Amino acid sequence: MKEPQPVVHIRDLTVGFGPRNVLDGLSMDVRRGEILGVVGGSGGGKSVLLRTIIGLIPKRAGTIELFGFDTDTLEGEALRAVQRRWGVMFQHGALFSSLTVRQNLQFQMREALHLSDRLKDEMATARLEMVGLKAADGGKMPSELSGGMTKRVALARALALDPEFVLLDEPTSGLDPIAAGDFDELIKTLQSTLGLTVFLVTHDLESLYAVCDRVAVLAEGKVVAQGGIEEVLASPHPWVQEYFRGKRGKMLAAKNTSRGGSAARAKRKDQAGLG
Amino acid sequence: MAELLTHDEKGGGLKIKAGGDWTVANAALIENELAELAPKAGGRVSIDMAGVHALDSFGAWLLERFRREWAAAGATVSIEGLTARNRPIYAEISEVNRAPLEPAAARHDAYAGAGAMISALGRDLVSFAVMTGAVVTAFGSMLRKPAAFRLTSSVSLFDRIGWQAVPIIVMITFLIGAILAQQGFFHFSKFGADLYVVDMVGFLIMRELGVLLVAIMVAGRTGSAFTAELGSMKMREEIDALRTMGLDPVTILIAPRILVLVIALPVLTFIGSMAALYGAGVVSTVYGGMSAPLFIDRLHEAITVDHFLVGMIKAPVIGFFIGIIACNEGLAVHGSAASLGRHTTQSVVKSIFMVIVLDAIFAIFFSAIGM
Repeated sequence: MKEPQPVVHIRDLTVGFGPRNVLDGLSMDVRRGEILGVVGGSGGGKSVLLRTIIGLIPKRAGTIELFGFDTDTLEGEALRAVQRRWGVMFQHGALFSSLTVRQNLQFQMREALHLSDRLKDEMATARLEMVGLKAADGGKMPSELSGGMTKRVALARALALDPEFVLLDEPTSGLDPIAAGDFDELIKTLQSTLGLTVFLVTHDLESLYAVCDRVAVLAEGKVVAQGGIEEVLASPHPWVQEYFRGKRGKMLAAKNTSRGGSAARAKRKDQAGLG
Repeated sequence: MAELLTHDEKGGGLKIKAGGDWTVANAALIENELAELAPKAGGRVSIDMAGVHALDSFGAWLLERFRREWAAAGATVSIEGLTARNRPIYAEISEVNRAPLEPAAARHDAYAGAGAMISALGRDLVSFAVMTGAVVTAFGSMLRKPAAFRLTSSVSLFDRIGWQAVPIIVMITFLIGAILAQQGFFHFSKFGADLYVVDMVGFLIMRELGVLLVAIMVAGRTGSAFTAELGSMKMREEIDALRTMGLDPVTILIAPRILVLVIALPVLTFIGSMAALYGAGVVSTVYGGMSAPLFIDRLHEAITVDHFLVGMIKAPVIGFFIGIIACNEGLAVHGSAASLGRHTTQSVVKSIFMVIVLDAIFAIFFSAIGM
């Protein structure tokens, strides 16, 4: 079977600041319909990779193809068309602080499309309910939201125009374990109902086990291991070993393998995808 | 591309055939076409979705909304042929928007607006009084324990708001003094009253303009900076952090700022007044044809120490109030960047208003005591 075209196709990407290259010859693919978890040490370039993909940071070398388009050749209307196909959730939400939650969700609808006010209101409420909030929350200002609610609104805004590809920057950071678990669940549900492709930057081992179909480990500016979680666990790279076999990693790995849980599921899916 | 929507009404009941992409890009079109089919009571509708290629939440919602409207009117609606790929999203969307949307509260109510303004004014006055009290208390405890006085930060503040403000203040007051004198000569010379230009300029600058100009500039330059600093510290919980360490933000952050303003404003007023007089003197010799010794001589006669004192007594009081207003607004910031901007504006507007009001009160007071 021929593999379908990947959503993101990165080859030999180099990104740096000053004398240092944060990403150095990185290559990876994000396949259609998968949840790819990206992990790595603090300052290891996870967020830099995300921001480079969406074009906020210039690259020094290499190619990035999004939906089959080379980003170097995209400009003007074509670039905006591609931008409309993705949704980005920033680490701290990046909600517009002078707009209400509802206006935040409607912002792109208002700017990019000509929709009736009624439809915009209904869709904003629909989004709120899809991420587990109430219609009444739409009237709140971002400063009145709790951390968990901010994350949910940020996710809802990332989904505003029904993108096919969603990039999430540490969606569960700063949430308590219960809220983080709920959020993982939410991402998983939305991914399957909306048929999303998800690029998930995370620090949260629990998230990796719970939602990711594939994991890519970033170290020394490259992807040092990728695949289903068990393949990654089998990687001999010292950082990978320390990360997953460290105290906290071990605890989780034990829990998940004894349950025969998501790790195995992810692996099966991965093989199905390859086969 | 297939038609988004075709319908016919053969054989008892409306048959709708959907096609193409029911996605956000076509949402407006689909909404319009669906709106043309007004719901009929007791009718039968069947919607065939088999031809729809892509369905996203916009399309799914429009379909669900249509179904609900007809169902609410008493029609029987059936949706057929949803592809396996499109079924989950429709199932998800059919759960939303169940609760009726509450109508948004009326945004502009003149009476409510006036009431809110008055209660805000009341709150302002109270918080102003509280801040004044807190600062005075902080000064009191500093007198008892001089070690608590924050010398380093005060010196650095004085450098920023006093010393670094000197060039701009000298330049502006110099120019205003020059303009005053030029206007005076232009009009007074018609009556041959050139000499009295010196009286007017000296009076105005010493009693009113020197301190007013400097105070307004300080309110704009320093007051706004204080508000923005304290406001962003408040937003990032730095002030709460100070409190939890058992330190009083009023003693640490606010009292030094106000103290420095109280010292800096008279100094700047003195410098500003001298610069304005110098400007007037330059114009008098260059434009008014008055020799420098004559100007100085006339100034000696016109101006007494009282006039100088009137200006200088006002300065520290005005400085104190600018500081209180600026710090008060800074601590009132909460949440968003918009709030910070609003309070910084408020700080400058209120300070300048306060400067003018205080000046008026002082004018009445000084004329009552004959100064």
